[in-house]
Amino acid sequence: MSMATATAQPAGQTIERENYLNKHYGVGSWLLTTDHKRISLLYLISITFFFFIGGFFALLIRLELLTPVGDLVQADTYNKLFTMHGMVMVFFFLIPSIPAVLGNFLVPMMIGAKDLAFPRINLLSWYLYVIGGVMMLHCMLTGGVDTGWTFYVPFSTAFSNTKVIEAGLAIFVAGFSSILTGLNFIVTIHRMRAPGMTWSRLPLFIWAHYATSIIQILGTPVIAITLVLVVAERALHLGIFDPKLGGDPLLFQHLFWFYSHPAVYIMILPSMGIVSEIIACFSRKRIFGYGFVAISSISIAVFGFLVWAHHMFVAGISVYAALVFSILSYAVAVPSAVKVFNWTATLYKGSIRYEAPMLYAFGFLGLFTIGGLTGLFLACLGVDMHVHDTYFVIAHFHYIMVGGALMGYLGGMHFWWPKISGKLYPEGWARLAALIVFIGFNLTFFPQFILGYLGMPRRYYQYPPEFQVLNVLSTAGATVLGIGYLLPMIYFLWSMRYGKPAPDNPWHAAGLEWKTPSPPTTFNFEEEPVVTWEAYNYEELDAHPDEEAPSVG
Amino acid sequence: MFDNFPLWPDRASTAAGNVDALFIFLLIVSGLMTALIFTAVVYFAARYRRQRGVLAEQIEGSTPLELTWSIIPLFVFMAIFAWGAVVYFKSRTPPRDSTEVYVVAKQWMWKLEHAEGQREINELHVPVGRDVKLIMTSQDVIHSFYVPAFRMKQDVLPGRYTVAWFRAIKPGTYHLFCTQYCGTQHSGMIGSIIVQEPAQYEAWMSGGTTGPLSATGEKIFAELGCVTCHRTDSQGRGPNLQGVFGKPVQLEDGRSVMADENYIRECILDPGAKRVKGFQPIMPTFQGLVSEEQLNALVAYVKSLAPPGTAAGATKTAAVVLPQHVAQDAPEKAQPTGSQVQ
Repeated sequence: MSMATATAQPAGQTIERENYLNKHYGVGSWLLTTDHKRISLLYLISITFFFFIGGFFALLIRLELLTPVGDLVQADTYNKLFTMHGMVMVFFFLIPSIPAVLGNFLVPMMIGAKDLAFPRINLLSWYLYVIGGVMMLHCMLTGGVDTGWTFYVPFSTAFSNTKVIEAGLAIFVAGFSSILTGLNFIVTIHRMRAPGMTWSRLPLFIWAHYATSIIQILGTPVIAITLVLVVAERALHLGIFDPKLGGDPLLFQHLFWFYSHPAVYIMILPSMGIVSEIIACFSRKRIFGYGFVAISSISIAVFGFLVWAHHMFVAGISVYAALVFSILSYAVAVPSAVKVFNWTATLYKGSIRYEAPMLYAFGFLGLFTIGGLTGLFLACLGVDMHVHDTYFVIAHFHYIMVGGALMGYLGGMHFWWPKISGKLYPEGWARLAALIVFIGFNLTFFPQFILGYLGMPRRYYQYPPEFQVLNVLSTAGATVLGIGYLLPMIYFLWSMRYGKPAPDNPWHAAGLEWKTPSPPTTFNFEEEPVVTWEAYNYEELDAHPDEEAPSVG
Repeated sequence: MFDNFPLWPDRASTAAGNVDALFIFLLIVSGLMTALIFTAVVYFAARYRRQRGVLAEQIEGSTPLELTWSIIPLFVFMAIFAWGAVVYFKSRTPPRDSTEVYVVAKQWMWKLEHAEGQREINELHVPVGRDVKLIMTSQDVIHSFYVPAFRMKQDVLPGRYTVAWFRAIKPGTYHLFCTQYCGTQHSGMIGSIIVQEPAQYEAWMSGGTTGPLSATGEKIFAELGCVTCHRTDSQGRGPNLQGVFGKPVQLEDGRSVMADENYIRECILDPGAKRVKGFQPIMPTFQGLVSEEQLNALVAYVKSLAPPGTAAGATKTAAVVLPQHVAQDAPEKAQPTGSQVQ
């Protein structure tokens, strides 16, 4: 397997093997690449850029909320800050994060393929993302937008005097990037599996991405159409949503949430896939109830499309519609609970190690459990009347999207970083960062549950003084959290130059991606692998430890 | 310090206790589930940490266990759902004979008008122990009427009425927040609900007023010339409005609708949309000619023509069960939503 074609690129004391990173040099070799791994890195750089922009907005929001009166920024500026924080984080960070970076990198390798089914479409999807991103940046730099990321009408179509059309079109374009990624994954998973890689042998990461791709393909066109309708009403005064023009504002909310609720599953499902991989590896076990975990991903994707109006219990829908959407929301909670129980059961009688990826996975378990259980409160009609559109909702969805999706993303980045970069990250720093993120996160968002039940509405730039103590706690937590996010970026960059070279399989993990060199060659496998084993065959691996001993930790 | 740092909101309406009880139940259930999962994770993580020479024991899974932890949560969830639905249903269904207050929201203020004629801005005086029904609309964007101490929230939409109600149980001054983002001064669109003892409230109510809202409506009704067609006998070119409110109305297209606030409103603004059976489409639209406040007054007037407790009010009781009977004469499906929140 060791492909010792020495290239003229000495690094440190060893001669580097040819791999996807050093095979070609120059800007052109990156911007015109069709290698899924290079595209994955292009995405990594782009989404990290947007993550820190979105994070900067969040920091300003938290600073403004330190005091009950509006003092740091103007009301209009504040409204733009939370709007652009939401738009950037949802559409330009969270939705592409795991699928476009880790999914792009790993889906072909995990199923034993050389690349995705449509490498050029993969590159196109990145360009669409970049075009959308540049449009978004342009929108922000020329005045920004203040509708909230939800674009609620008729405010967005008839009252806001900010760059609504520009923001809508930016998201419209970026949406196609998401659709193309989903399309590529579905075709790849169906058509490109190596011989012997049956559906029941697929890693759960692949099942999660398959479910995600279904949502991307079926849901994203709906938000695209909805945004076009918003643009049409705003620019051409077509009466679609605005009652003054004969439209219906609730129609917009139905369309918007038809995508935007499943979009939450675009963010969380891939993260669940990562957590399955990490927990299996660090407890040296096959995932408990593999089949149930795999099917639960698919059923989350399907049920996720049937619960959208739970965002509208007090919006003016009929009580009967509310009853239906409430009960369906509880139905989607069951497969999520099943996953948590199975991960917990996987730990039972395992042989558990506590390297950084596992710490992130534990963090995910804790935060996702709290986020999921508070979802029960919001799906409950009687309680939602009180906590809807308060900080309770803010806290809940940050526990899911940041506590869940982002924890999983960071766990995955640590887990596969040796494969991606060919270098080991500093383990001590990584554990410290995981701890800081966990503490900072809880300090930021837990007080917001209390604020929400006390009645503090979201999107308020000034608030009654009795809410201050909890807001100060939250802001303090946000600064800790910010440090927790900066650390990995610093030591990942550091490790690219100074890190120890990674062995091919530093975690001694199962999975085809670990049978490639670190970093992999352009076509991943020298010859097409033939799969004769089940997923997570840790029993065999540990029974016959081969030459590569775990070298981290 | 503690005064400035509450951990639980005031409980000032009949709904508040119901919502809190449900919330506490949810806290207990989710607390138990969290404790269960966290204990298991921490225990397993400590008990089964890696030890030299000890290999993990592979376990394939267990269908009975999977079913157990799918079905038990499902039953718990259904119990939460049912309880939540009951609380919600109560809060969504205004009791008959509530005191009515018309609310007009606009960027960025609340305009409130009591049926008795008192007008307020960003403040609402209500007595303890009386059901108050809010009939709300917006002049511009979507707002939301939220009183945390009452655990009550309802979006306020342009172009239609939405309805909410509460019964205050504790005198005091409580926050009114707009919770649907509505532009620059969204966080400034706040006010107070002032709950008073009945005696104080009566004193406040006896202050200056232009007369009941329905009287204002009657004046507008005459000024706009509505009265020439909508006569109080059966000879008018438009339907006689006596006793109409709260009863089902047969439409020209065969459907039947409940004559609620939204229907009256729609008839004034878009008379052709749901025309009453047997009448010609001759009524002009009043879209743009009447303000939201005038519209509210007109609706209040039409309602006053069918006062609850009179003969019309008695049929109102029937109107609630009427849809079945209506469904028989109307082949198209009736819309029995009544005065329920739309």
